[in-house]
Amino acid sequence: MLLSLNQLVCTREEQPLFEPLTMQLVAGHCVELLGPNGAGKTTLLRTLAGLYSQFEGAYDCPDFLFQGHPMGLDELMSPLENLAWFAGLEGHTFTDERAADLLREVGMINFALTPCQQLSQGQQRRVTMARWLLSDAKLWLLDEPYTSLDKDGQVLLNALLSRHCDNGGAVLAATHMPLQVVDKGELPLRPAQVSA
Amino acid sequence: MNITVLFLREWRVLIRNRAAMINPIVFMFLAVMLFAVGSPLQDNTRALYGGAVLWLIVLLTNMLSLDSLFRRDFDNGTLEQMMVTADVPLLAVLVKIIVQWLGTGFLMVLLSPLLCLFLGLPGTAIAKTALLLLAGTPALSLLGAVGAAMTVGFARGGVLLGLLVLPLFLPVLVFGASAVSSEVAGISANAQLYWLAFMSMVALLIGPFATTAGLKISLQL
Repeated sequence: MLLSLNQLVCTREEQPLFEPLTMQLVAGHCVELLGPNGAGKTTLLRTLAGLYSQFEGAYDCPDFLFQGHPMGLDELMSPLENLAWFAGLEGHTFTDERAADLLREVGMINFALTPCQQLSQGQQRRVTMARWLLSDAKLWLLDEPYTSLDKDGQVLLNALLSRHCDNGGAVLAATHMPLQVVDKGELPLRPAQVSA
Repeated sequence: MNITVLFLREWRVLIRNRAAMINPIVFMFLAVMLFAVGSPLQDNTRALYGGAVLWLIVLLTNMLSLDSLFRRDFDNGTLEQMMVTADVPLLAVLVKIIVQWLGTGFLMVLLSPLLCLFLGLPGTAIAKTALLLLAGTPALSLLGAVGAAMTVGFARGGVLLGLLVLPLFLPVLVFGASAVSSEVAGISANAQLYWLAFMSMVALLIGPFATTAGLKISLQL
């Protein structure tokens, strides 16, 4: 099991953000986190990543990769150096050939040595996708993965998500645009009943 | 987690983001020059106050460079990646602090002979002053990082950082300034040197833990 939620509620100033969530996510599944703006999608993902500690209930999320709204790329460094840094952080060995393969896959091989500050938002998004592929983590927690991607990028993203699930991974993605992945599940966030 | 890779990244940032390193150092030289120009030329009072002024300027310079310690990483999201992904976030934080020290404290040690001359300190005190800075500046970086971690969530954290951090720097200032004036007066400053080294050790014990905790709080959005 890659993720389990048990009556989990994120709170803000003691007020619950959504109705308690109970679910389990096993390998091979892709789940969309749905809800209107302000429903608590980002907060839930940050909670699962251990970046937000105001919650009730319990969750277990042992092996994950987190992609929040900020890209997590150092703008002074090239995509290649960013990937090397991330691999060092995760603690696995890293070869330039592997990085080149990944960057080729996301269509960024021609910018492998360009500082990220010269890349567009969409290009930076593609570099973050190379980082997901580099990671060993089984569960991907993605916050609005479609942001600033072009048509080709969205197709690529869907293909990567499908392949990750086929390879025994799982995905939990907060999104407003439906993911084009077969057999996807949905996790809607319903606003909590405000107690008087 | 591969410490070498983390070091390499911080080192690259230090080299590529030169303004963040050079601006505080230029500020330090300007402040020393202003003191040299403004103080009386004739008598030897300059040497008397030189030690205190030197350490005060070192404190302020360090504070200036602390604000940028986590700011960029916080904005571009590498900080949250670091805290989420690293097995031991504490070590990753410590690596950042060490490289910050190399760019400020250690640089000041290297430049201290020049500073001593500008401040009118006798030539005999130069070597000891460098040693004192070497012992005392790690404490400034390690304690200052705590303040930097706690204020990084505020867009304009600069003044608050000063208010938080300068009181923590007080013991270093007291012993550092007293050490330089003893040296100038011809008394050995070994006692103060050991005290400064002790403070750096204590800061090394406490600082990284408190900094990591501060970063965790700052990332709670």
